[in-house]
Amino acid sequence: MSLLSNTAVLLGKELRTEFRSRELLTTTVVFILVVLILFSFAISPTSEESREFGPGLLWLAILFAASLMLQPCFLREQHNDTLSSLRLAVGDPFSIFLAKLSANTLFLLVTEILMLPLFAIFYNVPILPELHYLLLVLFLGSLGISIAGTALSAISAQARMRELLLPLLLLPLLTPILVVSATVSVSLLDRQPIVQWKGIAFLAAFDVVFLTALWLFGEYLLEE
Amino acid sequence: MTKRIILAAVAILLVIASAYASFFIAPTERTMGVIQRIFYFHVASAWAGFTAFFLCFIGNLLYVWRRKQQYDWLGVSGAEVGLAFTTVVLITGPIWAHPVWGIWWTWDARLTSTFVLWLLYVSYLLLRTLVEEPDRRALLSSLFGIFAFIDVPLVSGAIRWWRTQHPQPVIMGGQGSGLDPTMKAVFFFSAFAMHVFMAFLLVERYALERMQTEADFLAREVEAQ
Repeated sequence: MSLLSNTAVLLGKELRTEFRSRELLTTTVVFILVVLILFSFAISPTSEESREFGPGLLWLAILFAASLMLQPCFLREQHNDTLSSLRLAVGDPFSIFLAKLSANTLFLLVTEILMLPLFAIFYNVPILPELHYLLLVLFLGSLGISIAGTALSAISAQARMRELLLPLLLLPLLTPILVVSATVSVSLLDRQPIVQWKGIAFLAAFDVVFLTALWLFGEYLLEE
Repeated sequence: MTKRIILAAVAILLVIASAYASFFIAPTERTMGVIQRIFYFHVASAWAGFTAFFLCFIGNLLYVWRRKQQYDWLGVSGAEVGLAFTTVVLITGPIWAHPVWGIWWTWDARLTSTFVLWLLYVSYLLLRTLVEEPDRRALLSSLFGIFAFIDVPLVSGAIRWWRTQHPQPVIMGGQGSGLDPTMKAVFFFSAFAMHVFMAFLLVERYALERMQTEADFLAREVEAQ
């Protein structure tokens, strides 16, 4: 299938560009770390409180980091006007989005996996018992953030004040992800962990809805 | 022009009549007392606001599909008028909540989703101010409007199921909900009046956007000469 092979090639390009410099990953990891430490200064939680609030703060930090990390996604293509060559090279512009959103999901997941042990230590929350479910929630949440974020970064890249605009457009749109992933993570990190399948299904539904919207309207986002 | 004046007159008379009905015709609610009368204004504005956002969404879809600037005018008018009504909802809500619940604001499901809805359309209008070129502005804001509208049911679902003091729905709610027949009649009359008022604002805003576009066009013509 040409959509998948195009996507694979483009994903390779995204990953090569990033792993040459690792700029995005390093800055995002440091950014999440700074935010998490500042949160704990701001509220100095006890162990019980951090079980209750920690996951919410973690997700908020992820959301902030993502709204910064997604900035260069389309902006990068503007410097040498590589976007128009990309559009000429592939038949279906949806593969450009698929490649970019897979790359963004991957970058987000890598930063989250690097951050989780530090989060567990600083907030004194044991993450190991339900780690696999936690990773599932992180994956579905990050995928949702990346799908909506990739679409909106294509919008904000074409506007003035783009650095401020992307978080303003993206953060309200991601409220469902924040509410659900934070709640599901809180119940996973509880002393008696519960897997909220309904929440996990909701995250998956969010991903499907926005992926469909991107598939339907993506090509208009890239119009010259 | 005369049609617009007639619409304005009808809209204003209807709003005055619905205010009279909600103050003097509807019976006083047993437990909440007089403050409950804000309900006719609050819920009617909420419905009118949602209708305006829906019209904005229709305009957004039609613009992406047909690329006529008229649809973009409908989009921006719907968003602005909807935002005005939602602002009324967000202001009248706390006025009611303070005497009844004892607090101005709570992160309850419907308050929160209405607030997120309000934020989404503020972002929509903000985006419009940051793109210069008219066609690009129309396309980008339409696409964002579509994404925002799709997000609304997800926001309200997420908040309803995972963050749970709003009164249970009394209109089209479950069992045990319901209104006194006079209250119901006054409410539906207010909702109708608010919708006509919303339509009046929408028509005026649309006409303003059209004049703005024409003025911009003329200004460019003059500059070119």
